Amino acid sequence: MSRRARMVLLALGLAGAVVVLAVGVLGLPAFGGHRHPYRDLAVAASFRHATANAVSAVNFDQRALDTFGEETILVASVAGVAALLRPVRRERRRQVDPEMPVMDSTRLLTAVFFPVTLLIGIDVVAHGAITPGGGFQGGVVLATGLHLLYVGGRYRLLERMRPLPLFEITEAAGLVSFIAIGLAGLAVAGHLFSNVVPQGRMGQLTSAGTVGLLSCAVGMAVVSSVVILLAGFLDQALALEEEPAAGQWDGREGAAR
Amino acid sequence: MIGFLAYYPYAVAGAIVLLGLVGIAISRDLVHAVVCLSVCQSGTYVFLLAVGYQYGGIAPIFGSTVHRGTPVVDPVVQALSLTDIVVSAAITSMLLALVIQIAKRRGTVDPDELRSLEG
Amino acid sequence: MIIVIAALLTLVLIGAAVVVFTRRPAQQAVTLGGYGVLLSLLFVAVQAPDVALSQLAVGTAVVPLMVMLAVRKITTLRRSGREDR
Repeated sequence: MSRRARMVLLALGLAGAVVVLAVGVLGLPAFGGHRHPYRDLAVAASFRHATANAVSAVNFDQRALDTFGEETILVASVAGVAALLRPVRRERRRQVDPEMPVMDSTRLLTAVFFPVTLLIGIDVVAHGAITPGGGFQGGVVLATGLHLLYVGGRYRLLERMRPLPLFEITEAAGLVSFIAIGLAGLAVAGHLFSNVVPQGRMGQLTSAGTVGLLSCAVGMAVVSSVVILLAGFLDQALALEEEPAAGQWDGREGAAR
Repeated sequence: MIGFLAYYPYAVAGAIVLLGLVGIAISRDLVHAVVCLSVCQSGTYVFLLAVGYQYGGIAPIFGSTVHRGTPVVDPVVQALSLTDIVVSAAITSMLLALVIQIAKRRGTVDPDELRSLEG
Repeated sequence: MIIVIAALLTLVLIGAAVVVFTRRPAQQAVTLGGYGVLLSLLFVAVQAPDVALSQLAVGTAVVPLMVMLAVRKITTLRRSGREDR
C-alpha cells in the first residue's frame, strides 16, 4: 500500500473512531458527578477488612485474583524479553568501561539519592495497606533506585548489587507466595484469596490481614522483574557487541542477514 | 466552566488514544511506534481516573482526617489504572526487545524498508 | 481545583502531541519522561496518589530508560552494519 493510500485509510478510521468515541462519551455521566456505585461498594468492603488504603483493598483483597493475573503477565513478559535478548552466537561480551564520563554533581546526587530511594521503596511496599503505595509502586521505586547507580556512572557496582540468579529466584518466589496466600484462603475459608489473617484496628500496620502480605509478595516479584528487564536491555546496549563479520564463523552470517 | 468541563476530560482521553494511533501510522521507526503505543495506552489511564472523579472528593485512603462519611473518589478505577500501567510497561518492554531482535536480523527498524525487504 | 484539573488536562494533551510528533526516538525518550511527569501531576490533582506514584516510577524512569537503551543498541547495530558493507 502506498503511503498516500495509508493516510486516506487512517483518516477514514480516525473519523469513524471519533464518531464512536463521541457517541460513547456522551452516554457517560458528566465528569465529577456524585453517583459512584462501585466506589460505595468498594469502600464498604475495604472497611469490613480494616484496610485504610481502599485502592490496596481493591487490588489485594477484592480483586486479588486479577492482580495475580497481572503479575503473571509481568513475569511472562520478563521471560519473553529474556528469551528475545539472550546473547546470540555472533555476539561477544566485552567489559563495560567503568570510567564513564559523569559529572561530579551527578555522582554526588546519586550517592545521596541512592539510599534515600531504596528506603522510600521499602517504606512504600511495607505501608501499602495504610498509605498511598503498595507492592507494585514500591517495587518499581526500589528497582529504579538501584539503577540510579548506572546514571551515576557506577555500572560495575550496579552489576555487583544485582546478582541476577538471586533476583530470578525472588521473582518466582514472589509469584508463588502470592498464589500460596490465595490457596491458604481457599483451604481455611473456602474461597480463593479470602482474607483469613485476623484484622486489627483500621490504620495499624498489620490491620489489613492478607493485604500487607500480598503487597509484599507483589513487591518481591515486581522489583525482581524490573531489575531483570533492565538488566537485559543494559546488557544489550552496553556489554554485547557483534563479532566483526570477517569470516570468524561459517557462511551462516550471510544467510542471517 | 462546569458545562465545558463535563466532557472535556473524556475528550482529552480519547484524543490521546487517537494521537497515539496517528503516531503509529506515520512512524518511520519501530521504536517510535512502540513509544506511540504507550502514549495511546496512557489515554486509558486518563479516561479511567476521569470516570471515578468526584468534585470535592479526596483520595480513598482513610485515616485520622478521612472518615467513613468523607466523600472520596472511586478506588476501583484507580486499581484498574494501576493494573493498566503494569501491563503497559510489560508490553513496551516486550515490544522493544522484539525491535532489537528485528534490528539484529534485518539491519533496519524502518517499517517501510522492512516491507520492501519482504519482497 | 476545576481550573487546575482543566489546565493539567490541556498540558497532558499537548505533552502527548509533543511525544508523538518527536520523530527521533532518542529525543522521544526525553519527551516521554516529561509527559510522564505531566501525567503524574494530573493524577495527583484528581486524587489518585497511588496511580501517580506508579506512573512517576514507570513512566518517567523505567520506560524511558528502556527506550534509551534500545535506541543505543540499534544505533550501534546500524553503525557496525554500515562498516560491513
